[in-house]
Amino acid sequence: MAWTLNKGKCMKCGGCVAVCPFQALELVDFPEVDNRCTSCKICEWTCPVRAITVDK
Amino acid sequence: MSENFDVIIVGAGPAGSCAARKMAEAGLSVMVYDRRAELGTPVRCGEGINGNAEEVIGNIPHRAICARIIGGRIYAPNGRMLEADVTKTGQKGGYVLDRKVFDKWLAREAARAGAFIQANTLVTDLLIENGRIAGVRGKRWGDPFEAKAKVVVCATGAESRLGAQSGLKTHCSMQLVDTCIQYEMSDIDIEGQSDWEKFLHIWVGNKLAPRGYYWVFPKGDRSANVGIGIVPSNEREKSALYYHEKFLDSHPGLRNGRILEVKGGVVPVGGLMQDMVVDNFVLCGEAAHHVNAIHGGGIKEAIFSGRIAADVIIDCMQRNDLSKSALSMFNLRWWEERGRRLRSVEKVREVFEKMTDDDFNMLADAITAEDVFDLARGEKLSVLAKALMKKPGLLGLARHLL
Repeated sequence: MAWTLNKGKCMKCGGCVAVCPFQALELVDFPEVDNRCTSCKICEWTCPVRAITVDK
Repeated sequence: MSENFDVIIVGAGPAGSCAARKMAEAGLSVMVYDRRAELGTPVRCGEGINGNAEEVIGNIPHRAICARIIGGRIYAPNGRMLEADVTKTGQKGGYVLDRKVFDKWLAREAARAGAFIQANTLVTDLLIENGRIAGVRGKRWGDPFEAKAKVVVCATGAESRLGAQSGLKTHCSMQLVDTCIQYEMSDIDIEGQSDWEKFLHIWVGNKLAPRGYYWVFPKGDRSANVGIGIVPSNEREKSALYYHEKFLDSHPGLRNGRILEVKGGVVPVGGLMQDMVVDNFVLCGEAAHHVNAIHGGGIKEAIFSGRIAADVIIDCMQRNDLSKSALSMFNLRWWEERGRRLRSVEKVREVFEKMTDDDFNMLADAITAEDVFDLARGEKLSVLAKALMKKPGLLGLARHLL
């Protein structure tokens, strides 16, 4: 599992947190991921600036 | 200060502050925590509000109002414009707010009523004792803290996972959100319109804003919130930012504007919940998806939601019963006062989402901007249904409304 955030793009809006079905994300300044992430990619598709990349 | 309250509210946005004010006025001890160092910022919002919200919260101070709006201009994909000036029919019109001032004003009103408010305090967990929610845990100045309350109100907005700890299904389905990006811009114009600053501007069309819309909300002195919200898709290569920039490129009056602020966000536009309470816990505002699914506006809904939550909690405190069954009055009252209407709005959205650009062009010939405003209030769905029935292929959508 590889969840990566481009901090240069991220606006810290927390949109990824809102749509994560597994509560794997939390907005702590920048969003942070924990081991509940299943690499479903919903946060990647939702991010308004595509700052997140998830590799399965 | 005692770390024990009647009520802890997480989030000092419109829902949290309005709930806090009402409960403090009723004599409850109320603490509001907010993770942000400055309330009201960052803004994740177009900042528009209907003036009739003042009937509930009182007069909004002038310093919180950037611009007064008399109506809207809606643009179909083929460029046809629908205009409504609501002040002609005696309505109040609306405002584009400065949320940084507005949110602090609401918080100050709550404080004046006696509520405690603490910014820069991150609530990370619900505190569970004997299997019941007994307060919250979090970090203040980097140090862990714990505070207890008889009831916790979660008014965090959608971008928090705190609410999910209650066991309620709070996360937003990807199909039921708008992913948004907005610039606050100065030195802009809408070509060919000398009076553009009096109106909210909405462009619809699947090419420019797939299953969403593009907006310009004036903030006075040739400045505005300029943004886009679209439904996320796993099939689409491009981000909301891409569509935003593309729209600016095709509108020189906007493109030449100066970018003063960049904001992003994800707004729930559907997924209304039947159940928003558990023992000692109430979910309200955007955290409970209390947003208008047509325009994505959440300020007014948050205010209603927070105030209904406050009413119910005040009543439950008097009866000394904060069980799920007692707090369920919130579900009943919210659905009665706001939910039924928002569900109708959601139905209209479900129809809009299935329409092609040709359908929108056809619709723009068949209905007025006033009709669109009614639809966005969840009213007169039959007008839309009647217009859709004119095209055989849209009968199914018409039926969905009736």
